[in-house]
Amino acid sequence: MYSIFVKEIRSFLSSLIAYVVIIVFLLAIGLFMWVFPGYNLFDGGYANLDTLFNIAPWVFIFLISAITMRSFSEEKKSGTIELLTTKPLTDWQIVLAKYFASVVLVLFALIPTIIFYISVSKLANPAGNIDTGAIMGSYIGLFFLGAVYASIGIFASAVTDNQIVSFLVSMFLCFFLYQAFSLLSDFKLFGSYDRLVEWFSIETHYKNISVGVVDSRDVLYFISVIIIFLWGSKTVFGSRKW
Amino acid sequence: MSIIVENLSKHYGTQKAVDAISFEAKAGEVLGFLGPNGAGKSTTMKMLTCYIPPTSGTATVCGFSIIDKPLEVRKLIGYLPELNPLYTDMFVREYLRFMAQIHGLGKGANKRCEEMISNVGLTPEAHKKIGQLSKGYKQRVGLAQSMLHNPKVLILDEPTSGLDPNQIVDIRKLIKEIGRDRTVILSTHIMQEVQAMCDRVIIINQGKIVADDRTENLGKQGIEEFIIVVEFAKEINDNLLKKIAGVKSITALAGNQYKLICDTDIREQITKVAYENNMNLLGLNLEKQKLEDVFKTLTKKEQKDV
Repeated sequence: MYSIFVKEIRSFLSSLIAYVVIIVFLLAIGLFMWVFPGYNLFDGGYANLDTLFNIAPWVFIFLISAITMRSFSEEKKSGTIELLTTKPLTDWQIVLAKYFASVVLVLFALIPTIIFYISVSKLANPAGNIDTGAIMGSYIGLFFLGAVYASIGIFASAVTDNQIVSFLVSMFLCFFLYQAFSLLSDFKLFGSYDRLVEWFSIETHYKNISVGVVDSRDVLYFISVIIIFLWGSKTVFGSRKW
Repeated sequence: MSIIVENLSKHYGTQKAVDAISFEAKAGEVLGFLGPNGAGKSTTMKMLTCYIPPTSGTATVCGFSIIDKPLEVRKLIGYLPELNPLYTDMFVREYLRFMAQIHGLGKGANKRCEEMISNVGLTPEAHKKIGQLSKGYKQRVGLAQSMLHNPKVLILDEPTSGLDPNQIVDIRKLIKEIGRDRTVILSTHIMQEVQAMCDRVIIINQGKIVADDRTENLGKQGIEEFIIVVEFAKEINDNLLKKIAGVKSITALAGNQYKLICDTDIREQITKVAYENNMNLLGLNLEKQKLEDVFKTLTKKEQKDV
């Protein structure tokens, strides 16, 4: 499993995907944080990273779908999946190796944003007057969010051998899970069940963690969603034998 | 027996891709799968490598069932799939090392990779990306990959496709060498290849085994007629030859040669007739039935029956 993981990371690096993803992510977030009027830090006047944590989930919808769209689709199309599945590897090993490689790439994209944290902390008045706890929480939330998106992307990739279909399905599912449920609950259609509907959306849990309170219920939610989608991927991937 | 196949079947809907085939293969045997397109050769190989499960029937590889112990089977098997899929954006060495790691070769991986690279003659191209290689070299990468972990059973789906004649000779030698103490199953369309490499041939047609014999015996199978070419010094009256019992037809070829198609080997009678009638016999040749002809008769016959 470790060898596939390493191979996946290497192919991200050698095929430029990794660099493009990281650069686009930092560029988009950087523009919103420091340049675009209305969003930028100076207009806001507060020493926080809210812009980063509000914009990142939306940028991730595109970027993570782009990272994961090829993981199974390409192997299916080029037939290399036959090589992999006739090696002494279980389906779980293949799915998990590909998943963790994507998660590591998400982590690589997140790490450079620590520079933003340092800059904002220096800009605060007095310097260093920044809510580190809330920012740490937000980072943990953002990481979990990326991990959930990655599991959705892997699932979408396992479903089809067409990368574009995989990309679109993944984007839709990510968006749906991120916000659709909480928007749905705004209709107040379900009476006392509104809270339950809202509970299904990633946004609710992400916002909870962003406050700086890492609640085990929220963590459990993220981990459950990841397990559900990975299990789905493994099932779809194993369906070649049906 | 390293491979035992019992009533293995694969159905796609109503189509029977492989229809209850059974055979065995032992170590030290090179087994050739022969058959027209769509006969079920690749499907059988895919089932043996645990890529697709059989509809019914079983097979064991070195005592491990392909249904219950797929992981053990995959450890023992080296497999070259039909269209030789490869990660084209990887370097040759990188790819082989990756495959070696999957097989758990650990520290010996690098040495083993270099060994395979020189064995299949990849040394001059080993620093390139797989995508930049020509078809023949890609095929060698595939072969190297299948033999990396010294598999007990080697399954090769059309191993020599895309190779030039010199490479084919090298690869055949390599496969024969490996086949000395291991089991090799290979499929091919090329008859000479079977004759050059395989100890045993299995001919498959429409999912069924139509012939299973040692390569040298197979030439004798399915023969219904003998073809004899005789050459005389002068033109002769072919009625004399027609009188010989068993002759079905005579065609005159160029240069006083005659082609006789007959039920039995009548060379002795021909010399007698020639001697008695004062005809100077220059040549007398029994044309050997080739594997091609056996293949043709066996696979065509089946089609007629259906």
